Amino acid sequence: MLNRDEDILQAAEAWQKAGHGVALATVVETWGSAPRPAGSSLVINDDGTFLGSVSGGCVEGAVVTEALDVIASGAPKMLEFGVADETAWNVGLSCGGTIRVFVEKVGQS
Amino acid sequence: MKLETLSHINIERAARRPVIVVTDVANGEQRLVKAADFAADPLHAELDRQLRMGKSAMIEVDGKKLFLNVYAPTARLVIIGAVHISQALAPLARSLDYDVTVVDPRTAFASPERFPDVSLIPEWPDVALPPLNIDHYTAFVAVTHDPKIDDPALLHAFARNCFYIGALGSRKTHAKRGDRLKAQGATDADIAKIHAPIGLNIGAVSPSEIAVSIMAQITAELRLPKASAA
Repeated sequence: MLNRDEDILQAAEAWQKAGHGVALATVVETWGSAPRPAGSSLVINDDGTFLGSVSGGCVEGAVVTEALDVIASGAPKMLEFGVADETAWNVGLSCGGTIRVFVEKVGQS
Repeated sequence: MKLETLSHINIERAARRPVIVVTDVANGEQRLVKAADFAADPLHAELDRQLRMGKSAMIEVDGKKLFLNVYAPTARLVIIGAVHISQALAPLARSLDYDVTVVDPRTAFASPERFPDVSLIPEWPDVALPPLNIDHYTAFVAVTHDPKIDDPALLHAFARNCFYIGALGSRKTHAKRGDRLKAQGATDADIAKIHAPIGLNIGAVSPSEIAVSIMAQITAELRLPKASAA
């Protein structure tokens, strides 16, 4: 109810209708001190432009890269970032939490 | 996510109706459940719980992991009366992420100096309230102590199914208010919706403490299952 960042969904719809490939990345599970709660989301278009956040800046770069793959392939993906994951550590989820992010293409039939 | 699903989410959000998207994260299969369809849904208990908490969450049903993404409208607080308590209540409610509107026809009270950063309507309730489209996701408090202002406002709130209605005044004052409102067409069920005396009983004395007791009661009404709400 108190989540105010949902206007990114308006952007997702507008981008899709303007002919962009669009993906939606959503935090679906969190453990430990994750920076954003489940339901937080990021929309990405095929320019690499993105709005919203899934981690407050820690792993957005990696999510955007994966999202571009999802836009190309159309197949959804589950990503996991956490301190146990070396890549995630490298991209900086340094707050000690683990998050799982579901990435899906918008406009799949 | 289908474009149609996304469009429906946006339409429902714009209309301030809650919606939940259920996603099977193993294969991306998705369905959208609108508020009107919650009761008949096989997952209604889970949907109700998550909506009440305003929280998205992963659940497991028959070995399937399902993500429930909750899109609930931003809660609003409408305060009738730009009084001292309201000066404490408005910023507290804002810090709890409510959209706050203060209504008071007395311009000496409803001044921007007294209420910075708050939507302020210096009009009588009959003019101020209809354009606000007050709905279920609105907490409504009447704190002017003046029946000429509070009473018509409360009558408006009854018709709008607000999740919380509270009014300032002792039990004696409230009994008189009940009689007046019933004379104007309110039912016993309407009167029973009013939390009065307003706020949880925490021994509040100062305007700020009264504001805390009011927001605590509103929070309980919003988050607790119906039977245990204060």
